[in-house]
Amino acid sequence: MSTLSTADEAVATRTVASDAFGRKSGARAVKDQLARALMWGAFLVALIPLVWILGATIVKGGHMLVDADWWGKSQAGITARREGGGAVHAIQGTLIQAGVTALISVPIGVLTAVYLVEYGRGRLAKAVSFMVDILTGIPSIVAALFIYALWVTTLGFQRVGFAVCLALTMLMIPTVVRSTEEMLKLVPNELREAAYALGVPKWKTIMKVVIPTSFSGIITGVLLGLARVMGETAPLIILGPYTAVIATNLFGGLMPTLPTMIYQNYSEANQPAIDRTWGAALTLILIIFLLNLLGRFAGRFSKVKS
Amino acid sequence: MAKRIDVKDLDIYYGDFKAVEGVTLTVEPRSVTAFIGPSGCGKSTVLRTLNRMHEVIPGGRVDGTVTLDDQDLYAASMDPVAVRRTVGMVFQRPNPFPTMSIRDNVAAGLKLNGIKNKKTLDEVVERSLQGANLWNEVKDRLDKPGAGLSGGQQQRLCIARAIAVDPQVLLMDEPCSALDPISTLAIEDLINDLKSQYTVVIVTHNMQQAARVSDQTAFFNLKATGEPGRLVEVADTQKIFSNPSEKATEDYISGRFG
Repeated sequence: MSTLSTADEAVATRTVASDAFGRKSGARAVKDQLARALMWGAFLVALIPLVWILGATIVKGGHMLVDADWWGKSQAGITARREGGGAVHAIQGTLIQAGVTALISVPIGVLTAVYLVEYGRGRLAKAVSFMVDILTGIPSIVAALFIYALWVTTLGFQRVGFAVCLALTMLMIPTVVRSTEEMLKLVPNELREAAYALGVPKWKTIMKVVIPTSFSGIITGVLLGLARVMGETAPLIILGPYTAVIATNLFGGLMPTLPTMIYQNYSEANQPAIDRTWGAALTLILIIFLLNLLGRFAGRFSKVKS
Repeated sequence: MAKRIDVKDLDIYYGDFKAVEGVTLTVEPRSVTAFIGPSGCGKSTVLRTLNRMHEVIPGGRVDGTVTLDDQDLYAASMDPVAVRRTVGMVFQRPNPFPTMSIRDNVAAGLKLNGIKNKKTLDEVVERSLQGANLWNEVKDRLDKPGAGLSGGQQQRLCIARAIAVDPQVLLMDEPCSALDPISTLAIEDLINDLKSQYTVVIVTHNMQQAARVSDQTAFFNLKATGEPGRLVEVADTQKIFSNPSEKATEDYISGRFG
């Protein structure tokens, strides 16, 4: 803005300038205003659903979250018609599954990206990159059905939390690969050459120079990817049905999560259940919001000093 | 310490593209050799073959021999990583590691190769920074980031980093082209000092610089557009700038090029 106003002042004070040279053209001013109005309009339209959803969820679910029971109790023994109980079982399940998903996806995703950027040449790299593109486009329900076919139909296991993690991993790996790839590409080649010229082997250059330089970007990408899979619902409905009690075993029994809690309570027509639906929705939004915030904050902890 | 470089019948390729053809030259120990010539004639490419850095670019390879005191750099058993520890390099743009402090930047070559002894590292850091004429300017802020220095200081930091690993030869690829005249003077003085310990090869676009700092000058040129680059003439700097044997050299240094 400041450069704009000084430019305007400069035009105003330059009285000797000829008309064609000094004055702002009328048509351009109109176009400028038009583009400005269009841009602001688009921004506001995009903002409407966001504010609406957030507002509705806070109004209808906010009162659930201020109750201490919400953060301390499960829904064990509470029917849809009764009030009370909490969401701690679902919160725990969501966090456990997200954590395990990240534990599997991050090493695979980051190492794939390192391969693609630092080593990949020729056919194999093209094939890997293509596969990642395909994986990015897989709908979550397809990933869920694939894991169902593998885990339940082929291997004969029960539907458990770990199967959910596998499906979520399929969705998270491509986002981690792509975001890490972008960050690694941003590291200037000169830094790699500087390390090579000191007689540092390639793998050590990657570990000690390339990855530390892009570290905060990689972390941000991972956290944003995690926030995305946390809200996924299709794999949970197919592979991890809801239960009202606390369950922390990934390999046995059902495991409740926030999305399945929302889905379960939404299908009941009673006010207490509807309240819980909104409460769980707000809790999920809150957790994802915190993760996003953490992702942005990670940028501040960058190891790049200037 | 310093070693002699012999280049013989060197052809350099990137994939099928022949970039440079038939280079033969000798660099004496404890001397400064300058590579001059128009852009794209292969000076930097030849420089990068002296520590096998051109292999970093996919498809880079050579025919011919490069020997360092009779050791063939391109022998099948020779590890390129070991070559680069012996033949250090300073680049066109200062490139300190942005994640590291001044101290860590200088110690990077040793640290990344597993030397952890703090006393040794501190000694090397001080000696290298003094060797690069930077010690007095940074001794009170060794823990500050290396990227916070001025351009000229950063370039001297990169030189300190390169000499910290105790190389035999120092290659410099247009080290002053991104610097102002005062920083350039500081680097040129430094090259003069470095000559007493190292063999220095410098690529420069600045002919006055070549005349000021070097003992020997090599003039490179393209045969014709699309043809590989070649070494036109190499001789004592004095001779190249006063009485070159080739007409192309004379045309270039007197500005009648092209």
